[in-house]
Amino acid sequence: MQKRTLLDGKKFQITIKRLCHQLIENHTDFNNTVLIGIQPRGTYFADRVHQELSEILKTTSIKKGHLDITFFRDDFRRKDGLVTASSNTINFIIEGKQVILIDDVLWTGRTIRSAMDALLAYGRPERVELMVLIDRRFSRHLPIEPNYIGQQVDCVDSQKVKVSWKEQEGEDKVVLLSEPSILK
Amino acid sequence: MAAEKLSTRHLLGIKDINLNDIELIFETADNFKDVINRPIKKVPSLRDITIANIFFENSTRTKLSFELAEKRLSADVVNFAASSSSVSKGETLIDTVNNILAMKVDMVVMRHPYAGAGVFLSKHIKAQIVNAGDGAHEHPTQALLDAYSIRQKLGDVRGKKVVIVGDILHSRVAISNILCLQMLGAEVMVCGPTTLIPKHIASLGVKVEHDLKKALNWCDVANMLRIQLERQDIKYFPSQREYAMMYGLNKQILDNLDKEIIVMHPGPINRGVEITSDVADSKQSIILEQVENGVAVRMAVLYLLASQND
Repeated sequence: MQKRTLLDGKKFQITIKRLCHQLIENHTDFNNTVLIGIQPRGTYFADRVHQELSEILKTTSIKKGHLDITFFRDDFRRKDGLVTASSNTINFIIEGKQVILIDDVLWTGRTIRSAMDALLAYGRPERVELMVLIDRRFSRHLPIEPNYIGQQVDCVDSQKVKVSWKEQEGEDKVVLLSEPSILK
Repeated sequence: MAAEKLSTRHLLGIKDINLNDIELIFETADNFKDVINRPIKKVPSLRDITIANIFFENSTRTKLSFELAEKRLSADVVNFAASSSSVSKGETLIDTVNNILAMKVDMVVMRHPYAGAGVFLSKHIKAQIVNAGDGAHEHPTQALLDAYSIRQKLGDVRGKKVVIVGDILHSRVAISNILCLQMLGAEVMVCGPTTLIPKHIASLGVKVEHDLKKALNWCDVANMLRIQLERQDIKYFPSQREYAMMYGLNKQILDNLDKEIIVMHPGPINRGVEITSDVADSKQSIILEQVENGVAVRMAVLYLLASQND
């Protein structure tokens, strides 16, 4: 297994900061905007962005939730595993809100489609935007594109993008894993 | 974290599942409880599945609860009640079910007056079977929702003392509850008149008590069962009034206990017989929570069974 680091250390921090500033550019004081991290791994990213935004804007009132999409997946009964759901923690109404969906890696776009479906159970948002840390370009199965991108990467299906978080794995890092055979 | 998959293709009884399965069902039910408390109480998971609810015996709660669970998972539902069908014209169980399956049904939820009907069916047809009560044998989803309700109310089932009071002899709820609660680490006692306690019930590892007050003083949770008059072909006790005096739970008994216990009832309640109205409607009663949890637990069971596509 070959590893290539895409983001770590200072660059990782700068990327998060830049994304936060882009958000502020469009949403100013987050009065009518909520952050929704997609379970399971998008929540760490959402938590980090929420923390960073709260520091930059010196506020504690930015709303943040976690959304589980398990029951809305389109591959139920078509694929093994992945049946256990995580929790939803959305303690506010989505109706009329600007929603920023947040996930760590955007690949086929199917998770995001499920998330948009799942989101509607909490009301009709005014607008939904998508923020991802890593965008695997040219691999979409659905017409879905992110509004805010940490970094774009071109890779083939057999390669994996792995995002680690300081809170979970002890280190902020994004690596691209490849089987050596496919690179020959 | 519980396992990712159930160990069984059908839910025929608590006897056939293990602790991991129960924990997985509970964890999934937590998620569905969240779903049914949202403004939109529906998820699309089972949109390509058809479920037949086949009830050869009367039911209100279980049938409604299963139907709601199925609809909230977006499954297509067909209902069948034996009383209004060709069964009364002499059709056999397999023929009835095979005809329903020929209409491309993926899952069958069945209640039947004979013990083992679900097991029999699972050996002869391809669809997945969920037992919604077979005779005096098992009623697994009721046991799961009872244990789930105890877990919700007391935090955990392990180490808790549960007494099941009433007609143990004719009760599928009692058998499934005993097995489920014991698997989860609870201590179980049964209480009732000698005639309504099966002779060898102690071999399941349960305590037997014939004095209601002693039993209530021992327990954390009392599950009051209905007297199943429809299954009693002989007299097991002199009169309902006498039964109510000896084994009926009333407010006075409840208030005279040293501690506050939780009162459960699987329904339907015969008010004034096994439980009085003031107890059934008291703060200690979680009867309506049981009904609410029933939908979430059944959603979890159907969802987890359906995920085993093969």
